[in-house]
Amino acid sequence: MKSGKRQKKLGLLLVNATLLLLVLLWTIPTLGIFVSSFRNREKIANTGWWRVFPYRDWQMVREIDIQNSGLDPDGVMEIEGATGTFEEFRAGVETPDGKRITWIGNKRLGRVEVQEQVWTIDWDFTLDNYKQVLGGQDFEFKKPDGTVQIVPGDNMSSAFMNSLAVAIPSTAIPILIAAFAAYAFAWMKFPGRRWMFILIVALLVVPLQIALVPILRDYKALNLNGTFLAIWLAHTGFGLALATYLLYNYISGLPRDILESAFIDGASHFTVFTRLVLPLSVPALASFAIFQFLWVWNDYLVALIFLGGNPEFELVTQRMAAIVGSRGSEWHLLTAGAFVSMALPLLVFFSMQRFFVRGLLAGSVKG
Amino acid sequence: MNQASSKGTQDKSVAGEILSFIGRVILAVSIPLIAFYVLYLGFLFLRDSDAPREVITLVAIVWGVGGVGLLYWVFNNLVERLPDVWRGRLLPFVFVGPAMAILSWYLAIPTLRTFWISLFDRDGPPEELSLFQQLASDSFVGLSNYIAVFTEELMLEAFRNNLMWIIIGSTLSVVFGLLIAVLADRSSFEKTAKSLIFLPMAISFVGASIIWNFIYEYRPIGQTQIGLLNSIVTSFGGTPQAWPQWVAILPWNNLFLIVIVIWLQAGFSMVLFSAALKGIPEELMEAARMDGATEIQIFFRIMVPYIRGTIISVWTTIVIFTLKIFDVVWVMTGGQFGTHVIATQFYRQSFTNRNSGFGSAIAIVLLIAVIPVMIYNLKQFREQEAF
Amino acid sequence: MNKKSLLWSMISLFVLASIVLAACGTPAATEEAPAATEEAPAATEEAPAATEEAPAATEEAMPEVSFDYPPGGALEAAIKGEYTGTTVTVDGAFEGNDPDGVKFAESMKAFEEATGITVNYIGNKEFEGSIAIRVDAGDAPDIVDFPQPGLFASFVRSGDIVPVDFISDEWLSQQYNPGWREFNTVDGVEAGVMHRYSGKSLVWYPKKAWDAAGYQVPETWDDLVALTQQIADDGDTAWCIGIESGAATGWVATDWTEDMMLRTTSLENYDAWVAGDLAFDSPEVRKAIETWSSVWFNDAFVNGGRSSIVSTFFGDAPGGMFNDPPNCWLHRQANFITSFFPEGTVYGEDYGFFYLPPVDPAYGKPFLVAGDLVAMFNDRPEVRALMEYFTTPQSASGWLEGGGAISAHQTATQDMYGSDLDYGVSQLVAGATSFRFDGSDLMPGEVGAGTFWSEISSYVAGSKDLDAALQAIDASWPR
Repeated sequence: MKSGKRQKKLGLLLVNATLLLLVLLWTIPTLGIFVSSFRNREKIANTGWWRVFPYRDWQMVREIDIQNSGLDPDGVMEIEGATGTFEEFRAGVETPDGKRITWIGNKRLGRVEVQEQVWTIDWDFTLDNYKQVLGGQDFEFKKPDGTVQIVPGDNMSSAFMNSLAVAIPSTAIPILIAAFAAYAFAWMKFPGRRWMFILIVALLVVPLQIALVPILRDYKALNLNGTFLAIWLAHTGFGLALATYLLYNYISGLPRDILESAFIDGASHFTVFTRLVLPLSVPALASFAIFQFLWVWNDYLVALIFLGGNPEFELVTQRMAAIVGSRGSEWHLLTAGAFVSMALPLLVFFSMQRFFVRGLLAGSVKG
Repeated sequence: MNQASSKGTQDKSVAGEILSFIGRVILAVSIPLIAFYVLYLGFLFLRDSDAPREVITLVAIVWGVGGVGLLYWVFNNLVERLPDVWRGRLLPFVFVGPAMAILSWYLAIPTLRTFWISLFDRDGPPEELSLFQQLASDSFVGLSNYIAVFTEELMLEAFRNNLMWIIIGSTLSVVFGLLIAVLADRSSFEKTAKSLIFLPMAISFVGASIIWNFIYEYRPIGQTQIGLLNSIVTSFGGTPQAWPQWVAILPWNNLFLIVIVIWLQAGFSMVLFSAALKGIPEELMEAARMDGATEIQIFFRIMVPYIRGTIISVWTTIVIFTLKIFDVVWVMTGGQFGTHVIATQFYRQSFTNRNSGFGSAIAIVLLIAVIPVMIYNLKQFREQEAF
Repeated sequence: MNKKSLLWSMISLFVLASIVLAACGTPAATEEAPAATEEAPAATEEAPAATEEAPAATEEAMPEVSFDYPPGGALEAAIKGEYTGTTVTVDGAFEGNDPDGVKFAESMKAFEEATGITVNYIGNKEFEGSIAIRVDAGDAPDIVDFPQPGLFASFVRSGDIVPVDFISDEWLSQQYNPGWREFNTVDGVEAGVMHRYSGKSLVWYPKKAWDAAGYQVPETWDDLVALTQQIADDGDTAWCIGIESGAATGWVATDWTEDMMLRTTSLENYDAWVAGDLAFDSPEVRKAIETWSSVWFNDAFVNGGRSSIVSTFFGDAPGGMFNDPPNCWLHRQANFITSFFPEGTVYGEDYGFFYLPPVDPAYGKPFLVAGDLVAMFNDRPEVRALMEYFTTPQSASGWLEGGGAISAHQTATQDMYGSDLDYGVSQLVAGATSFRFDGSDLMPGEVGAGTFWSEISSYVAGSKDLDAALQAIDASWPR
């Protein structure tokens, strides 16, 4: 008994340690840009983010005047007890007393530094990146008459609003439709059932790009282009195959006897579906809801085509694309921008997380 | 509800039957009419309104979500008023119909159209002609686009890479997802662990590419490395590399892109596996433990068989996802340095090169590639028994 | 409709009346002048000028606008207010709220104020894909700003673009140097108008350190190579080179190739090469590529050595010049690169530029340029009006004032430019013996935005030799 307990403890430790390692592996990349997003532009471009942890760095103690030292950079030189060629000094030559002599710059303009290794930490953080991302960038124009005009950037609140208006129905509609279809595939008999299911699996792989031209043409005929309805339906169409497929797998796995007893009690399919199957499928619905929400939230192309004709309906992803700049690697803005666009999806995830927690499904099955 | 309506049909009085018939017809006609009218008003409001953004957004959400629910309710109501025989026949189509209609409109028909275009040259079929005239026109090239797809050097490279993506990428995504789900289930910090593993899922591909650029970033030898990987490599005395562009190890530089997707996808499989694992009755595992089974035995003998359906569906989803993989490659390397995949070739041919015939043929080849996955899923599907 | 036209006739009556009054007032004032001063001849000279203006004003009743416009065209009608309240949609390769988008909006202000037409910009980053989808679906925007003439040409050939024959030849030759008009002419049809451009044959250097070290601006390619060697002897690598650019990796190398083509062979050969008549696997192209390779592939000449070229982001590459002391001293790139320079660096103090010198004096001083042209997909009068506006330098005022591009119009004057740098580049281009458009932008997409980039990258990375790379490019040319 005792050894069993100890084994259990050891097992738990092993589980926790392995998991911790995996979690660290998974988190470090994100942590990297999270830290970076608070560093200023120049620091991001020149040093690694891990400088927020203590590190040893060579710092200059004093500079040696080389103009008057009579050193010949083309030969072997001796400086402060260290000897080496120009190339070696450029990389740094250590003296016996632990100092380092480094030639900085080329032979014409260079200077020589005596350096010492010290522990330092770089904790110089700024919120400027976020300010610029959320508040928009200001632009300057120098007018022919010499005056400078400043055009302020616009903030992101309307883009957030639009993205929500696109993402919520685009998530809820396909789930509802897919749940009905998944139930039918799992628990109803009808002609063509198999063929329809094959079609759904086949359509999983169809790249949505092939649909853009014909759908845009239909939308134009229906005068739908540039409306919310247009983009909800588009996201529904493109997400429905996966939703049906995943929900089918879950709903078909529900215990047969529960449904059977409901039918014996005289319930209709609609009642069984709404009263029994939907509540039982909450974990699956929530899982898929998150994926679909994330997909829609991060989508750029579909919104561009079906909503793109209307600048009022600018989405968060479009704002982000603008931040990247037309030719850009504005690292400092990208890091902050990535976090701003992640904020809402993360909120959704954490608020829905309780649906994944043990007990909910088991409890309702037992009840 | 069901019982009430069946009682109604048992009523022998003719007048009553006629009345109830008329009543049913009126109800049958008016409910959907009213429903459609309400939906139409909402549609007009959304299409033409100048109301403040917040109001439109709210109406949009209520209308969109509520409207779809309303439609199902109305149709179900209609069908339930029908005689039993018809109800049994029609009800499944009420359930499955909307999904099939939308899928046909958005994906199936465009797929057929794509197939048709794939039989023509770069400008596609001449649209002013009828279908038969199109076949007779000079633009019709038969299967030669398909021959090109399977012979062109860049396409062969794309097939090779996609195979790597599927074999390595999808397998590791599933394995890591399952491993994490099982570990998290019995760890002391389940919630935190799962949240952190899932976190990458919340990141767009553009965001992910930014993050991984910070890992792979390359600076010339001798300068401060700002990429984590190169920093580690140089601190151990290695030479820095631009990992995904490292052509010397071709084709293995693809692995550096595949890692990104594993990082993104493990959260997906973890969440689904986790939900499935929660469904395993605790008694089953307790019983096994009582019998002296080790945790590893429990994993392979009880957990895996129990969630087999989920494993298959997650695997299918991820295989299909990796078959379609596009954004990561496009943003990180644009398909250069031997990293092209089928989808990036499709995009290049269709849009950059405006070669619609060739691009369409690639899309159709993707469909063919998924046939083995379909067959496997169908086998699973047959085993399911319906009511 | 009626109410509107009534309103407009009243407004035009009012405008007419006020102009007649003003015209009557002017001669009265000049009549006073001779009485006040004794310089009678000067006054009499002025007087007829004034009276000549007056009838012109009464005839046209034109409101004052800040730009010139072709007489009798749609823009003139628009300024009269005939299309007020209409909207023109413009698509392009930059986002509506990125720096270029803001500059575009700024450029459109004068037009919108003068005509009452709204310009609705819908551009985006996935422009190449989305424009093809929109046009194929019959939902083309009114006007498109094309960054690549090659893509533009494909739409001209498919008949989707409306030619600009409604603008008089006289007006266009007044606004444009004839060379520029060739860029928007496809198969003999002038289908668009050039808008703005970047000069590419430029070499940047860190001015402070440069002056301190005493380096001289080279006049010939040999001088430049000698300078490169000098810098290497001083212990530094001379060149900052990076060609990484995501899906477009390699374009920097294609620019160098084009610049060297212009410097090592005739313009006829360059044009034949761009048109696909001169193979990549030819002595001319080979020589051009080998010319730059001699610098690129020498590890002592390039910051980080040859192996770092393919993996350094092109926008990060010049950063080495601004370190103290500089890691590298020379960077060849178009003038837009200044937006990638570190914040706070100033032209003339922190950096300067010079013309990439000629290799062979026989070919003069050629200049490589690239830029945007605009073309029209839907033929409506207000769209024509905006197209006519695009033929004026004011239509690029946002870029001229905010910096980053040069007006393609020869009527642009120095005072329109907000920075000396952009104006300086425009003068260099004006002084060049010849100029040519970025060849890869003119080639078919398979090559210009495909194999030319990728094969040249493989060549630089060392995974392919020049023969294999050039043959692969030739093989991919769609015939």
